Amino acid sequence: MKIHQLSLFLENKPGRLGGPLRALAKEGINILTLSLADTEQFAILRLIVRDWRKSQEVLEKAGYAVATTEVVAVEVADRPGGLVALLDILDQKQINIEYMYAFTFRREDRAVMVFRFENPDAAIQALQASGVNVVGGMELFERAEI
Amino acid sequence: MTQYWDDLGDGYHPASAPDYLPVPQLRELQLRKLKNVVNRAYDHVPLFRQRMDERGVKPEAIRSLPDVALLPFTEKTDLRDTYPFGLFASPMDEIVRLHASSGTTGKPIVVAYTQEDVAVWSSVMVRTFACCGLHRGDIIQNSYGYGLFTGGLGMHYGAEALGATVIPMSGGNTERQIMVLRDFGVTAICCTPSYFLHLMEAAGGMGVNLKELPLRAGAFGAEPWTEAMRDRIQGETDIKAYDIYGLSEIIGPGVASECAAQTGLHVFEDHFYPEIIDPNTLEPLPDGQEGELVLTTLSKRAMPMIRYRTRDIASILPEPCPCGRAVRRITRIGRRSDDMFIIRIEVQVEVTPQILSDRIRALADTQKRLEKSIENIVSLRVNVRLVEPQTIARSEGKARRLIDKRNE
Repeated sequence: MKIHQLSLFLENKPGRLGGPLRALAKEGINILTLSLADTEQFAILRLIVRDWRKSQEVLEKAGYAVATTEVVAVEVADRPGGLVALLDILDQKQINIEYMYAFTFRREDRAVMVFRFENPDAAIQALQASGVNVVGGMELFERAEI
Repeated sequence: MTQYWDDLGDGYHPASAPDYLPVPQLRELQLRKLKNVVNRAYDHVPLFRQRMDERGVKPEAIRSLPDVALLPFTEKTDLRDTYPFGLFASPMDEIVRLHASSGTTGKPIVVAYTQEDVAVWSSVMVRTFACCGLHRGDIIQNSYGYGLFTGGLGMHYGAEALGATVIPMSGGNTERQIMVLRDFGVTAICCTPSYFLHLMEAAGGMGVNLKELPLRAGAFGAEPWTEAMRDRIQGETDIKAYDIYGLSEIIGPGVASECAAQTGLHVFEDHFYPEIIDPNTLEPLPDGQEGELVLTTLSKRAMPMIRYRTRDIASILPEPCPCGRAVRRITRIGRRSDDMFIIRIEVQVEVTPQILSDRIRALADTQKRLEKSIENIVSLRVNVRLVEPQTIARSEGKARRLIDKRNE
């Protein structure tokens, strides 16, 4: 149920983001979603791609340090309060969210968000027990085709 | 004690009288004192006597001030080599105070004072404060470190001799410094200029507006600082920022000070004879030319310093100063000719997969941890900057050990 996310270290300077993205583009790799967390001096670029192993290889060849992390993709009702309902479940179980971001696509009235948990397995269990749809890799990539 | 002199306003105190001596009289006084101190060092300091004998120079050879060039130099290494008491000219039972420098490499250097030396020190500090426009009635917060460092006690006794109220804060504990600054009606502060910048920032963070306080002067020294720093201090607060100069080997603070004109530092020449030399040829240079400042103590008894090479780069300004003092000024010290630098170090660390994390906090922690361990190992506070892999230039052949970015 977990999805592999690639993380890259970038210095916070003009032009730095283009480098890794160009390397991926050259190999025909499409990015499903990404997030950029920044500080004054540096940033961490987090990417979700279909073939994370190949993408990691491409990025490392281009000279970047890449870390892989398991994250969880969760369906969220795309209406006011949709995310709140989900957070309530996590709060009850005292599950901490390290960070989160969203996919660009949606299906019908559902959006998909990416969560980074300290303990992803406990989070998946809690969410599924409450009837929340945790989206696995295969299903996610199929949706991305739409 | 009542004030028994005419109040001539800011900047005058009876102790300042030698600052206004007619030049011929000052030179005569200097020559007489130079002869005395050379005799004293020759009679009581074996290293000095040995060097004089090697050169075949007797104390009687000093007949005029320019004859000072006949004398051997004293260097910082001489103090280290004779650690701890080797250059003392007085027996221990005449010495009332010892100070020592922080020796970052090897042994510290130790300096000594007789009662007369301590009195001279206080008097030159009174003259320093008078230069800074301070007088009886001022409340002086002394934030120089108290202890072996000459800054704390030197300023302290000078401020008391001036008749001002002195608050012996010593360094550190920034929040309490600001509380005292705000609550005690402080009118002047003594500390390093970089520490004052820190205080300014911290005051802002505490909601204390320095412009609303009676604080009007700062005596800043113990490190080189720039006009840009002065502009910032004077622009963001309502104080006048004075550059003061001194060094433990000579006496401590109180060797020279800026006056209201803030155009060079008046050397208290009746006690410290200044020369400028070419640091390469060691030849004396005329007034106005830049070189290394060399100082001879004219009054010191416990530890006379003959032609001490300060390594500080300056020139002597012979023109009269608008403030009326006749003692010559030196330019502000911007750089040194040797190994001692006040430095800010940035250590760049390439982020490899081993230290990479997807979490910002984890990387920030790594950065802090690196700074701590480096400080523990080399005793220098550094800033660690994380950079991308393979971005630090590898040395080709000889390592580049120093990149000078001071002018950037």
